[in-house]
Amino acid sequence: MNKTFQLWNPSLLLGLAIVGLFAAMAISPGLFSSQDPAGLRLEHRLSAPSAANWFGTDGVGVDVYSRVVYGARTTLATIVVVLGIAILVGVSIGSVSGYLGGWIDGLLMRVADVFLAFPPLILALATNAVLGRGLQQTMFAVAFLWWPAYARLVRSQILAVRKLEFVESARAIGANELRIVGRHVLPNVLDPVIVRASLDAGFVALTAASLSFLGLGAQPPTPEWGRMVAEGQKFLLDQWWVATFPGISLFVLVIGFNLIGESLSGRMQSGLHVSRAEETEGR
Amino acid sequence: MNRRGTALLEVSDLKVQFAPRGSGLWSDKKGVVRAVDGVSLTLQRGETLGLVGESGCGKSTLGRAILGLVGAASGSVWFDGHEITAMSNREMRRIRPRIQLVFQDAGAALNPRWCARDLVAEPFKIHLSLEGAVLQQRVDAIFETVGLDPALGKRFPRELSGGQRQRVGIARALASEPDLLVCDEPTSALDLSIQAQIVNLLQDLQDQLGLSYLFIAHDLGVVRQISDRVAVMYLGKIVETASRDRIFKEGRHPYTQALLSAVPVADPEHANTRGWKAMTGEVPSPSSPPLGCNFCTRCGSKAEVENRLNIDCDMIEPELISVEELHEVSCHLFPAN
Repeated sequence: MNKTFQLWNPSLLLGLAIVGLFAAMAISPGLFSSQDPAGLRLEHRLSAPSAANWFGTDGVGVDVYSRVVYGARTTLATIVVVLGIAILVGVSIGSVSGYLGGWIDGLLMRVADVFLAFPPLILALATNAVLGRGLQQTMFAVAFLWWPAYARLVRSQILAVRKLEFVESARAIGANELRIVGRHVLPNVLDPVIVRASLDAGFVALTAASLSFLGLGAQPPTPEWGRMVAEGQKFLLDQWWVATFPGISLFVLVIGFNLIGESLSGRMQSGLHVSRAEETEGR
Repeated sequence: MNRRGTALLEVSDLKVQFAPRGSGLWSDKKGVVRAVDGVSLTLQRGETLGLVGESGCGKSTLGRAILGLVGAASGSVWFDGHEITAMSNREMRRIRPRIQLVFQDAGAALNPRWCARDLVAEPFKIHLSLEGAVLQQRVDAIFETVGLDPALGKRFPRELSGGQRQRVGIARALASEPDLLVCDEPTSALDLSIQAQIVNLLQDLQDQLGLSYLFIAHDLGVVRQISDRVAVMYLGKIVETASRDRIFKEGRHPYTQALLSAVPVADPEHANTRGWKAMTGEVPSPSSPPLGCNFCTRCGSKAEVENRLNIDCDMIEPELISVEELHEVSCHLFPAN
């Protein structure tokens, strides 16, 4: 029906609002919190939420609210870097695989299969352990885990799009292969990649947080939600706020990304895919 | 490359085959689909050759083989003294501007993300590296040539009507100033009134630009209007070629006659006064065509040939032979003089 209505539905708007809020925190945390996210005040350790410390303080007396605000930057940076690498590598490998076909396709896809065959978290854990502790290492470990999904997605899209008539038309006009792939094929396969990325963003945040929870990711004093949950764990029964607020933040951010992803994929299925199917059937 | 004759296009004994799905290097070759199975034809400058036949008889594949879009298994295609079937990709791209394709479904043949102006500008960019105002001028000019309002240039294919889309497709094909247009059923996806407009446009363009057309269609009415000569194709082979008037008045091959008798006639009183026989059944699979004459499974004259001439149509394949000047038929009923 009305496409504008479908695009701007409430769940998409809510998702955008949530992600937008965290993005604002990541860009200028100073606007949201005036306290130092690394300021030790041992005399105030483990104090309950109050007007001065909205989310209470942690085991070394740092304001939990300001650590949550500054932690948004760590998490969103992780998402951007991981998805950036995964999409860049995945789209390149998927394009080569889908467009060239033959033994190159077989080789690349078998490599991707090996990655997909492992339980994701175990693979990320092992990779991260090999690379060593630290935020960058975690980012690479998760990206390393994530690219095969994009390679497979792009490959299947390219296989479908390269047979469409407008590709043949470009060839008939005299376009070279580079132009055909770059101008005609790739732009028509990127929609599903964008949708997939918005659905994946939440899971990337969760995976990175899990690795940090296990002690592999961001190291103190960098504020990171997964690590904050791990540190708060030992106080969970008496000082619940230390682990709960970063946990809730992660939860809300993941929900935000999923709302966006679901809305976009719903729109894609109702609009884009149907029209493409019609075009193919109409021949 | 040496020149051959004076024809613009010369196809000789062209075969195009497709490997069946799931076959590999070592599978037996019986399942090979012989989409085009030994076709020869010529096309003179400024001439329109109509190519008719049922769906799936290899018409479109033949058209695409002429453009080099599908590879030939054997035989050759000569265009203006150059052998297309022997060209490298690089040479192929150089000759591409001169042979262009008009698609059946312009909706599918136009990239849905490009607006009409960019679609028409693409060949100018590729072949002449035009930009800016010069490009704009050329695009506007060609919009005028095909009868499109240049103001439609900003629209995307889905925002255009079927006829407008086909005009964009034709503009794209004309932009590189071709000598030959292969029109692959350019009107069959359009409304009747729009069909007439597109056919008229193609005829006008031919008069203005001196184009040659290979006009592929299954609609005999359209073919009759636009063609100088007609070739009838059945299951990958040409079964009859002659001038348009001869085909429509004195088509001899039983398949040609069956096709003509299937055309609805305005006055039922005069329908089928020539006693032509309609055919029955379906086209056999091109992966396992009959041993003898391809048409023998559906031919209404088979009994006559076998009784009167004592030739077994199932086993012996007729050759395409000249029965009169510029009229060739492939049927045992019409032996060489």
